[in-house]
Order: sequence, then C-alpha cells, then structure tokens
Amino acid sequence: MLFYLSLAAVLFAVGLFGVLTRRNTIGILMSLELMFNAANINFVAFNKYVWADGLIGQMFAVFIVVVAAAEAVVGLAIVLLLYRNWQGIDTDHVSVMKW
Amino acid sequence: MTEYLAVLIFIFAGIGIVLFTFLLSRLLRPINPYHEKNINYECAENPIGTSWVKFNNRFYIFALIFVIFDVEVVFLFPWAVVFGQLGLYALVEMVIFIGILFFGIFYAWRKGALKWV
Amino acid sequence: MAEPGIVFWILAVVTVASAVMVVTLKNIFHCALALILCLFSVAGIYILLNAEFLAAAQVLIYVGAVAILMIFAIMLTSNLASKAIRQSNEQVMVGTVVSVLFCGGMLALIYLTDKAIVSEETGVAFWRQVRGTLPADNVASLGGYLMTKFMLPFEVVSVLLLAAMIGAIVLARKEKA
Repeated sequence: MLFYLSLAAVLFAVGLFGVLTRRNTIGILMSLELMFNAANINFVAFNKYVWADGLIGQMFAVFIVVVAAAEAVVGLAIVLLLYRNWQGIDTDHVSVMKW
Repeated sequence: MTEYLAVLIFIFAGIGIVLFTFLLSRLLRPINPYHEKNINYECAENPIGTSWVKFNNRFYIFALIFVIFDVEVVFLFPWAVVFGQLGLYALVEMVIFIGILFFGIFYAWRKGALKWV
Repeated sequence: MAEPGIVFWILAVVTVASAVMVVTLKNIFHCALALILCLFSVAGIYILLNAEFLAAAQVLIYVGAVAILMIFAIMLTSNLASKAIRQSNEQVMVGTVVSVLFCGGMLALIYLTDKAIVSEETGVAFWRQVRGTLPADNVASLGGYLMTKFMLPFEVVSVLLLAAMIGAIVLARKEKA
C-alpha cells in the first residue's frame, strides 16, 4: 500500500506545482484534475488494504469523479466567459479584483 | 486480475503496430521534402492561415450537455446490475434521478440552447 | 503486503511522467493529450486495486468527457498558433520548492506512520491489517450501495448535475445585447 500512497503523494505534488505555476486557466483546471486523481488513488488504496469490508472508499471515489466532472463543466464555462470579456484566459488578465 | 492481461496485450499490440508501420514507411520511402509537400493539405487549394483555428462557440453547449449525460449513464450501469434484485424500488429511484436531470435538458431546450443559431 | 508487480511500476512511471508533462509542456493542447494519458494510466491503477467500476467510470467520465471538454475549451479560447506564449508565471522557483517540500513531507509522513503506529496485538503497522475481504462482484455491490445506503447522495448528485448544467448554460450562452 505504501507504493500506492507514495504514487498519490507524488501525483498530488505535481498537480500542486501545476496549480501554482500555470498562467493559463485551463492549465490550472487540468492540474486540479491531477490532484483529484491523487486523492482518489488514496481512497481506493485504503479501501483495498485497510478497510476491505465493503466498498465505501470506492463509492466515495465515484462521487469525487462525478463532482469533478460537474466542476469541470462549470469551470470551463467560466473560462469561456473570461475569454469573451477579456480576450484571453491567462490569470494575469483577470486582475480587476486584485488589491 | 489475469483477465486484464488481454487488455494489456491489446494496448501493447496497438502501440507496436503503429510504431512498426511508421518505422517501415520511414525505411522504405524516399526522403525528399520541399515546400509544396510540407504545407497543410487542403484539397489541392492553397491553405489560408494555419490549421490551429478556433472552434465555434456553439459547439461548447453540446459538449457540456454531453458531459452531464455521460455522468448519468455511468450511474445507469450499477443500477442495471442490481435492478433484478431490488425491482420497483430501484426503478423509482432511477426515475427520480433521471427526472431531475430532465429538468436540465428541458431548460436548455426552452432557452433555445439546443438550437443551432 | 505483497510487493506491487511490474505492471504497477509501468503504470506509476507513465502516470507521473505524463503528469509532469501536463504541468510543464509549452503547448496547452499537448498538455491536454498528456492529461488523457495520465488519466488512462490512473484507470489502470484502479484496476490493480480491484476497483473495476471506478476504472470504467474514469475512462468514461474523465477520458471520454472531461478531457474532451478541456480540448474543446482549448480550441475555443487559446491562441495556439503563436508558439511564443509563456505558459508558466514567475512563481516557477517558488512552486518547485513548495511542491518538492510538500512531496517530501507527504512521503516522510507515510513512511513514519508505517514505522510508528504499530498495533499492540500483532506488532505490525496499524494499516497493514486488512479487515474483511473485498466483495467479488464490484459493480453489483456498488449498485447495491447506490440504491440503498447511498440513496440520498445518489439523488443529490442528480441535483448537483442539474445545477452544473443550468449554471454552465447560463454562463456559456451568448447574451443577446
């Protein structure tokens, strides 16, 4: 199980790097998906190796996948709106509310 | 787990066949590129601009509705497996589930989002 | 705990390599393709962990729908023709330091927990004792959960999807000026 947890940790760190360094908002959303997947690997690994009595962890992971899909739909719609209003989707275009 | 060996073999065979074909054509063909060969193929016309064009916005609504109903279909699979045991109860639950989502497609339809304007 | 086989290592290397490609490549379209590869190999990891339905859902929802939506959004918005777009901001150094620190901390935590939290009875780490056995039929037991124990979350998911759909339509439609 340690290998699966380590893989998830590395994947999460890579996603974190992406979220911190991307300028493109779609790139940030893609990095977020990587982090969701890391969390899902953890859920499923714990489900198999620690609490195999039932599939609660897998159930949770399915709901995470679904919520991530809904998040991607709304997030990309917001990206489209950004593009329409600012003619660009980089995060430094959208600095109106920055103090 | 061993039944997934077939999937693995398929993946490697797929990758291998494509790589083999590229390698073979690379070895057999004469290499003589010039400008007219390298421009994008556009039915023998001179191409205008690059092939990296922007899609039209109206495709997006359809992609979005597709994603929502794709998620719904994923929930249909386990439901179909247990439907025989649970019977009417499961049917009512799924009718509620699809009924709620039906409001969404109804909304999109009424708002004219499905129209190809 | 059985050592993971060669398949795990192949999948892990593909996952991490394509994830690194997702966050570092210059062309955002290539990033989306690398994301598809990454999600696909995560589906393989799920199969190794006896989560067949989740692997199928991963391929259907993530690879089939979300990644395609990403590609659509890229084609709709990004100016891909200009090759000189800078994709990363000035925080690359800070981001590298933070994520390497985070990764090291997580790995240290995982291994320290494995060493430290040992149960008294058996003398092995707390999380190395498997309780129960996984149900043989993955999809059927998940379906049973969905229809009985997780009935309310299941219905709430449909409300969530409805909200996402209406919200996205409201956002994405061009308002008539």
